Parts: sequence; structure tokens; C-alpha cells
Amino acid sequence: MENLVNIQVIQNIVYIISSVMFILGIKMLGKEATAVKGNYLSALAMFSAVGITCLSLEIDTKIILAGVLLGGLIGSLIALKVKMTAIPEMVALFNGFGGLATFLIAWSQFNEPSNSMFQHVLIMLTIYIGGITFSGSLIAYGKLSEKLKLGKGSIITNLFISFFYLSMPALIYVIGEPSISQFIPQVPSYFLIFLGITLIAGIGFVMPIGGGDMPVVISLLNSLSGIAAAFAGLLLLNNVLIVAGSLVGASGLILTIIMAKAMNRTITNILFVGYASSSQSASSEEQGEVKPITSEDAYLILESASSVLVVPGYGMAVAQAQHVVREMGELLEENGTEVKYGIHPVAGRMPGHMNVLLAEANVSYDLLAEPDDVNPSMDTIDVAIVIGANDVVNPSATEEEGSPIYGMPIIEAHNAKTVFVLKRSMSSGFAGVQNPLFFRENTRMLFGDAKESIGQIVAEFKD
Amino acid sequence: MEMYILLGFVLLLSIFLGLELISKVPSTLHTPLMSGANAISGIALVGALMLSSADQMQDILAFGAILFASINVFGGYLVTNRMLSMFKKK
Repeated sequence: MENLVNIQVIQNIVYIISSVMFILGIKMLGKEATAVKGNYLSALAMFSAVGITCLSLEIDTKIILAGVLLGGLIGSLIALKVKMTAIPEMVALFNGFGGLATFLIAWSQFNEPSNSMFQHVLIMLTIYIGGITFSGSLIAYGKLSEKLKLGKGSIITNLFISFFYLSMPALIYVIGEPSISQFIPQVPSYFLIFLGITLIAGIGFVMPIGGGDMPVVISLLNSLSGIAAAFAGLLLLNNVLIVAGSLVGASGLILTIIMAKAMNRTITNILFVGYASSSQSASSEEQGEVKPITSEDAYLILESASSVLVVPGYGMAVAQAQHVVREMGELLEENGTEVKYGIHPVAGRMPGHMNVLLAEANVSYDLLAEPDDVNPSMDTIDVAIVIGANDVVNPSATEEEGSPIYGMPIIEAHNAKTVFVLKRSMSSGFAGVQNPLFFRENTRMLFGDAKESIGQIVAEFKD
Repeated sequence: MEMYILLGFVLLLSIFLGLELISKVPSTLHTPLMSGANAISGIALVGALMLSSADQMQDILAFGAILFASINVFGGYLVTNRMLSMFKKK
């Protein structure tokens, strides 16, 4: 007996040390110079916390070994094989698995014989958050990898949404069930029904949200997986779960807020309203002639430019154009041109999406600038090259008060002396708003696949 | 009950600490931060290891929790590391 107490003391001391390492790790992860070390430190914290937990196990060691080895193998294979362009959906997938783990933990706790009232409440909350994180992340994975095309408005989506709204009274019912069971009608196997409703609700939560809003959703799901782990920690009276889970919850929340601010929208508007209902006024017909340009002409203008700003968007990711973009940047620099990259926080499908792609293509990170850094000196830029970005460079956001995206901070590419817009067609962006930038006097449209168009410019440079 | 109040306190303080730590992260690091945080949420593995094994059902649940938390932990850390190794300053 004494021995067991000692083990618990040692475990708790190691948990505290792990918590400190998690805190320092995530702090270091927030700075470029220390990020790699921060990730190692946090992995070491994980290793210590898991290792010390193994001193007191009830589950059969075979089950544990099988689970850890198989899970480790699957996780490592996915992580090492995945293409960098597929990172958003993979983060969503891992996130979902974390949520599923807490869901199963809480389920297992429910099966324990004597749960106190408070434990019962925690079990239900953990199941709810973990379950929604799991199925919601799977839907986010499907949307990001473009395997799932269903969106807002279809009957199936609406069916799932109604389950989402049904899940809230269901949660209240299961929380109250043990204490008021003599006053309310009994639902047989209510717990299993609740598990099902929760999983379907997660689908209904994410399904109606469109692709361009994914950076917000993915951050929010990330936050939820942390909160679910923290609740599981309360349930199991384990402090390292609480600390680590809360840190994740907080970091996800911050990213969610940053993303929502970068779109000038509230989180509830993104999750429950979307652009569709607000875009009736989007028919501002500031149309006109677009001025197409060929790659050869674009090359001639670029050759004589002394400063160039590249503004990438989701289109660059789709066309996988990041490598030719870097090549073009290097050729321009050799030619004496100053090259910068203007990155909008919500460009792409997850926070920092463009930064990862350009890093993959070997673009030095000190060339990447945020909107606030590039906007004040935009009128000194000779050429702004917009690659597959749309809403984040839409001047309506600053100039046209009725526009659904009015007030959203943008990269003011239209203030550059010349703007090249690389685009496949004249379709509007995610917000469904027409972009007056395309019709500006100083704008030239370079139609076609971004990778091919830039490849041609690169070829011209090499000749 | 006192235990829960104490741990609830830990929970709140950790959230505030997290908000302070991460409030000024450059956008270059948004993705690695998210993916690194995602790996940390695999701490659920510790919770999974603490489960009991009363019957076959409990064993299946524990196995599932350990399996999925392990995917989260290994995958999360490896992919974050892979991503960070690409961030270079020339």
C-alpha cells in the first residue's frame, strides 16, 4: 500500500515537470528561432508523462503495446508520407483522432460502477466535445481534401444541421438524467443514443461551413480537442491532462480569433450564418473591360520593375505553383529587383497555409510580410503579382460600404503601380463578391493555370 | 469536491497562461503552432493509459483510445517537425 502511494507521488512530480516542459515548449514554438527546440521539448514532455503513467497500469500490457505501436506506426507513416499541400486536411484528421480518444475515455468512465453527480456531468461534457471534435474534424478533412462536396443548402446538410440543434437539449437531458430520473420519462439506453446524436451533430456543425472559412473552423476544432482533453483530465483527476489540454484550448482559441478578425467577421457569423445570407447586396456592378496580358508582355514589365510584391492565395496551392513562384522570385532578385511576399492571414485553407507552402519551396521566411507591413508602402511597388487570391485583395473591402466584405483588412494590391492577376477564369472568390480589382486601370489579367503562366515567365527570363 | 475546485483552478490558470503565451505569434508560425498544439492534445494518451480493464468492453474502449491518441501524438509531432525543418532564413 505504501508502495502505491509512493508511485503516485512520483507520478505527480513528473506530471508537474511535464507540464512545465509543455508550457515552455509551446512558448518556444511561437518564435522562429526556437520553434524546432520547442517542438522537441513538448515531445519530451509527452514522453515523460506517458512513460511515468506506465508505472501503474490496470490494462493488459499487450493491449497497450498493440495500441501504441499500431497507432505510432499509422501516425508516423501518414506524417512522413503526406505532401505539404495536403497539410490542412492532415492536421484536421489528427485533430479528430485526439477528439475520438477523449470520447472513448469518457465512454469508458461512464461504464465504471459508481460515478458521482459531478463525474457524470463531466463525462457527458467530455463525450459531447470530444465527439463533435471527432466527427467535425472528419468532415473538415473531407472538405479540405475535396472528397466531400456537399455544402450549405442541400437537404442532407440540413438534416445533419437539425441533429446539431437537437444535440443541445439531448446534452441537457443526459446531464440531468440521474438526478431527475424519477420526474421525467425514461429513455431506454439513452446513453448510446446520446453517443450517436453527438457524432451526427459534429457532422452538422461543420458541413454547412464553406471552404474559405476553413481556417477558422480548423482552429476552433483544434481548440475543442484541447478542451476535451482538459475535461478528461478533470474527470480522471490528472493535472498534466488539464494543463496540456488547456494550453491547446487557449492556442486554438487565439488562432480562431485572429482568423475571424482577419475576415472582419464574428465567430458566430462564420459558424452559423456564412456569406450566403449577407451577399444579396453583392450585385454592385462595377464592371468593365478586363485587360488580358500574355506571359511575354508580363515578362517585359517584370524585367524592368525594381520592386515586386507577390500575393499568393488558395489558387497557388491548388496549382501547386509554389516552386515556380520561388524560381521566378530568385530570377527577379538576380535581375536586381526587390521581391517580397505579401501574405494575408486567411489566404488558403488554414492559418499560415501560404507560409508553409512557400517554406516548402525554400523561400526565406524574412521575405514574407504581413498586410500591415506592405500596405503603407504599396504605392512604391512597381508590380504586384496576385496568384490565385481574390477576396483578400478585393478593394471593395476598403472602399465600398455596402459590400459583404466591407471592413475586412486586405492587402491593398490595387495601390501598386501595376497589378498582375493570375487566374483561371473570371469566377468570383469564396465570398461570392465581384472583385473590382480585375477591372482597374492598372490591372492586367494573366489567364490560365498559375503554374504554367509563371513557368512561361521563368522560361522567358532564362532565354 | 475540494479536489475538483483545485483542479478547476488549475484549468482556468492554464487557459489564461496559454492565452498570454500565444497571443503574439508571427503568422509564419500559425500552421506549425496549430499542428504542434494538436500533437499536445494527444496527451489524452495519458488518460487512456489510466483506464480500467473490468471486462472486454472496457478493454476495447481502452485499446481504441490508446490507438487513436497514439496516432495523434506520433503523427502530430513528426509532421510539425517536418514542417519546421522547412522554415529557413537565407
